[in-house]
Amino acid sequence: MALLEIRDLSVAVDGNPILKNINLNIGKGETHVLMGPNGAGKSTLGNVLMGNPAYEITGGSIYFNGLDIKEETADKRAKAGMFMSFQNPLEVPGITVSSFIRNAISQKTGEKIKFSEYRKELAADMEILDFDKAYKDRDLNVGFSGGEKKKAEILQMLMLKPKFAILDETDSGLDVDAVRTVSAGIEEYQKHEDGALLIITHSTKILESLHVDYTHVLVKGEIVADGDAALVDEINDNGFEKWTEREAK
Amino acid sequence: MDRERSEVNDIDRSLYDFRYEEKEGEFYRVKEGLTPDIVTEISKEKHDPDWMLDFRLKSLQIYNDLKVPDWGPDISGLNMDDIVTYVRHKTGMQATWEDVPEDIKNTFERLGIPEAERTSLAGVGAQYDSELVYHNVREEVLEQGVIYTDMESALTGEYADMVREHFMKLVPPTDHKFAALHGAVWSGGSFVYVPPGVKVDIPLQSYFRLNAAGAGQFEHTLIIVSEDADLHFIEGCSAPKYNVANLHAGCVELFVGKNARLRYSTIENWSKNMYNLNTKRAICEEGATMEWVSGSFGSHVSYLYPMTILKGNDSHCEFTGITFAGAGQNLDTGAKIVHTGERTSSFINTKSISKSGGESTFRSALTIKEKAKDAKASVSCASLMLDDISRSDTIPAMDIRTNEADVGHEAKIGRISDDAVFYLMSRGISEEDAKAMIVSGFADNVSKELPLEYAVEMNNLIQLEMKGAIG
Repeated sequence: MALLEIRDLSVAVDGNPILKNINLNIGKGETHVLMGPNGAGKSTLGNVLMGNPAYEITGGSIYFNGLDIKEETADKRAKAGMFMSFQNPLEVPGITVSSFIRNAISQKTGEKIKFSEYRKELAADMEILDFDKAYKDRDLNVGFSGGEKKKAEILQMLMLKPKFAILDETDSGLDVDAVRTVSAGIEEYQKHEDGALLIITHSTKILESLHVDYTHVLVKGEIVADGDAALVDEINDNGFEKWTEREAK
Repeated sequence: MDRERSEVNDIDRSLYDFRYEEKEGEFYRVKEGLTPDIVTEISKEKHDPDWMLDFRLKSLQIYNDLKVPDWGPDISGLNMDDIVTYVRHKTGMQATWEDVPEDIKNTFERLGIPEAERTSLAGVGAQYDSELVYHNVREEVLEQGVIYTDMESALTGEYADMVREHFMKLVPPTDHKFAALHGAVWSGGSFVYVPPGVKVDIPLQSYFRLNAAGAGQFEHTLIIVSEDADLHFIEGCSAPKYNVANLHAGCVELFVGKNARLRYSTIENWSKNMYNLNTKRAICEEGATMEWVSGSFGSHVSYLYPMTILKGNDSHCEFTGITFAGAGQNLDTGAKIVHTGERTSSFINTKSISKSGGESTFRSALTIKEKAKDAKASVSCASLMLDDISRSDTIPAMDIRTNEADVGHEAKIGRISDDAVFYLMSRGISEEDAKAMIVSGFADNVSKELPLEYAVEMNNLIQLEMKGAIG
């Protein structure tokens, strides 16, 4: 049984269909890449999996760990082991990075973790991400640059230790160095947490140093191709023309 | 698309809402309404000096001549003919908690007042209905020469001349109709005098509890902080809820001497049948600093705009406020600043939150007089509406009479963002907690200004207000 099973999933926003009959299985520890041109519906899929109430599921089902989670709210999904790194992380004034993550961990696990242990782990994960330690005492995402926000997302992923994480355009707007450090964080998650990943991207920069098991191509709300890591290289060379042209005919 | 909107229940006010059922003959009270006879009776009952009776009767005359304001929230539900303006427990004021009547003592204990006094205050005054029932100051503060007493004792005591010289000079009865009302029927409140150079390290606090149904509370607070002195004064207010209108028309007059500093913090949590028509005003001498921290959570209708007159050169004022208007509340709050001294500076920073059909209006008036050369002023107000049925307005007025002033203004009105709620929920935080976290974050700059235990109380109030916020 796959960790995440998506069956015939269709999604609409304000009555307009966005995703059509999506089928996707993601197993424990697997890394999947979802690629496609802008506006294909990639972020919609990520948001729907995480439980964003702005999207309406018009058909199909989503199973996580064997349980139908279609009706569950985002907090329940997070508690079940799901996570999403946001494309545009929101600013949360009044709560620091450090106390926010600690709060989220205790809400998720129902237990308070020892502050000394917590602090050690947070420092280690920030080190991996080359994330300035001063940021742990700053209000979450408030006044952060694009790169710092993405680092804060990956930091939360490492600390919350989900079974499955969606990375929604985590590489967009980052310079080469930032992509490298964020990749290092993702690698850490793959290796040490045996975490499954769905990496949503429209470029291949972030994938250069990461191990990829499967690749899926989404065009106009439908999965038009499935493959392995080689498909990433093909897209890198030729783009999405092959599928978009077929669509156009 | 069909999205569930948050529906917020009324606050669980059990902490504030318990009420003490009085026993027959335990309290002295005047008849409802407002007549020269009633005013005279109050004056006699309080053993006023003669000048005060004259003052009261003149104020009543002014009250009758002035019109109800026509620019703010509706107060037609308030009928002075139904209001009892003076209610006093027959025991009188005590200096130890043990001597305070049992039921009143229980009330203040539930509100945490004796606990706060033991742990973090230099002195406490506790007013129950019209008069103080308890007053006490720490020995070391008395030794510094600080006077902290009830207004009644102050009127006839050692500082009687000083009190007379300042009483309702900053807020004259002619200021507006409810200032006149205050002049006529005021009772209770505190007098504080801090001698030159004296710095009071821990705050003094007055707590006002209005227990009687259909009554008014008209306490007068007069604080004089002398040259180079420093004081933090805190006031807290609450009342149980009744089906009839209650009225609060207190008056606060603050005199901040040369190079002195006064911080005045308020957490107001009146019940939602209260008309809160309060007047607060401060005047700053050269180099003085006035800091207001104001949290308005309760009342049915509030008109509240603490005013600061920056008279002395280089004097400074900071106003930090938060207003939280829920179902059935119309809270019109803000601040007024008048710059007359050179190089004076003022900084207004307010947040208002409205939910469940509550209305909150930020109203400010900034005046910079011609002679206030090189004055600096900044007004910043932000509003957060938690649903589609609530209202938020900002009315910032500015009257700048010199070109040599630096004035800034910023206003923001927003809604609680669904995206922000989803973001927090995606980390395993429940919808209710996510919303409370966003509201607390919004209020953060005010909580930071409050003494710790009040910041906790404010956060608790926000959590209470947010309970059951899930549609």
